[in-house]
Amino acid sequence: MSAALELIHLCKSFGTQQAVNRLSLAIDPGEIFGLLGPNGAGKSTTINMIGGVTRIGSGEIRIFGHPVRRSARQSRHARRLTGIMHQELVADPFFTIHQALSLHPGFFGQTRDPGWYHDLVERLELRPHLHKAMNHLSGGLKRRFMLAKALIHKPKLLILDEPTAGVDVELRHTLWDFVREINAQGTTVLLTTHYLEEAEQMCDRIAIMKEGRLLALDRTPNLMRSVEGRHIRFTLKKALKKLPDELSGLRAKIQDDGFRLSLHSPNQMTVFNLIDLLRQRGIEVADVDTFAPSLEEVFLQLTQPEPSEICPR
Amino acid sequence: MTPSLPPHDENFCSRRPFFTLLQKELFRFLHVYSQTLITPVIIASLYLFVFGATLGERISVVDGFSYAQFVIPGLILMGVINNSFSNTSASLFMSRHLGSIADLLVMPLTSGQIVAAYTLAAMVRGLIVGTSVGLISLCFARLPWALPLAAIAMAVLSSFLFATLGMIAGIFANSFDGLSMYINFVLLPLIFLGGVFYPISILPPFWQKLSLCNPLFYLLDGFRHALLGVGEMPLWISFSFAGLFALLILSAAILLIDRSSRFRA
Repeated sequence: MSAALELIHLCKSFGTQQAVNRLSLAIDPGEIFGLLGPNGAGKSTTINMIGGVTRIGSGEIRIFGHPVRRSARQSRHARRLTGIMHQELVADPFFTIHQALSLHPGFFGQTRDPGWYHDLVERLELRPHLHKAMNHLSGGLKRRFMLAKALIHKPKLLILDEPTAGVDVELRHTLWDFVREINAQGTTVLLTTHYLEEAEQMCDRIAIMKEGRLLALDRTPNLMRSVEGRHIRFTLKKALKKLPDELSGLRAKIQDDGFRLSLHSPNQMTVFNLIDLLRQRGIEVADVDTFAPSLEEVFLQLTQPEPSEICPR
Repeated sequence: MTPSLPPHDENFCSRRPFFTLLQKELFRFLHVYSQTLITPVIIASLYLFVFGATLGERISVVDGFSYAQFVIPGLILMGVINNSFSNTSASLFMSRHLGSIADLLVMPLTSGQIVAAYTLAAMVRGLIVGTSVGLISLCFARLPWALPLAAIAMAVLSSFLFATLGMIAGIFANSFDGLSMYINFVLLPLIFLGGVFYPISILPPFWQKLSLCNPLFYLLDGFRHALLGVGEMPLWISFSFAGLFALLILSAAILLIDRSSRFRA
């Protein structure tokens, strides 16, 4: 079975700047795949090349086995299978939501499916706003419309470029719930987001990019395990004034007027080892919380510049 | 090997993206009809009033025809050309400016289909304005319509030529100012100096020769020739020039849509 999306040695440069550098990855059908990276990592350029907004520099893109090529005629099948929700509102200001959603399937060679149109409008709560023009839409409404537009021609691959940027918590939940439903019905999802918690919850696999290159690609739990150790928070019976010297290498911090001690414990050190160590220093522990490393830590560990990369002043 | 298409593609029609884009472009100018249709017709009507009903009675430039009869073909073609050009240039520039061009770029459309859809919609607008001006001109003067098919062909060819030229301007314009510069400093001088209001034969020899370099002259003269039965150039020369220009501009527009980084980065 063909991969839903396959990128092979994909490159793109703008002038002397290499935006995407030999990026290779494959997304399985039915997956929710996260493409993460700091600003300027090359995520949007990659998405734009997949969708046809930007020309491919070099390398190959295949969508369900159909090539994305320079020629629109040769990319026709791939384009029909893809729906993109762009980062910014992409819509002609002359149209209302209803007009835009009615026309859009035709751009992909299809007639409007009234049942599907009705489902999208209801599920994304667009019904009361159908006759509003684009320049009268609120931020949240724009996002809902953009998602409906990306899905109206029933794509097999849905690409979401920062779909929840600037969206309130409630709408964010609505959008993600809907994306999960669409995915459960068989649509493959590729998403980029700066909300790493969302990526952690949504994605089966995650790729992390920086400066156009792929830094990591793995199943989300495996990526999280790639950061050594975990966070431990001790609640203390008595306030601690000064950190014991033994804890200095563990990024230890005193909080809550000395009643909390947070530290990062390496894998080889157990909670019991730490409690023993504290007890030897006369520090009594009342409670312990442990936290696995978050995706944010994996992300920061991979994307933050190495000390050698930082230019001296 | 190309895999078989998924079931939902049974519904697919390869011509539908083109017709949908054409429908969208038609809707776009019809939606703002007061700006795209009524305003140019009113402006042309004012010209007709000034040159047809007032000044026209005191001027004679071609034997056997009133000035109103002379100037009407020019005013009709000016409406066709101006509006065909403005439609494609403004639509494409606005799409680039507002970012909605991303929608166009992800569609399964060839460069030729994109040019054809934009051009056809612009031609419809240009020809609606031209026809309206022609109908209003009946209040001022009757034209002999010597070669009606040739007149229609020249109007269609002119609208086609300037619609494709408008696409090129829409691709190159960087701002609203830049876009209006093409209209005010290129298109309008070409129209006015191409013989809308006077025959070039009344100009001094140097300006006559210079006017022959103006492609608009051939369109205007050809159209007037077809309507009045007299022109400054044989009709076949006007059609040959117009056809050649149209082919050149069409090739350039398709090439730019296909290759230019201003259209697709």
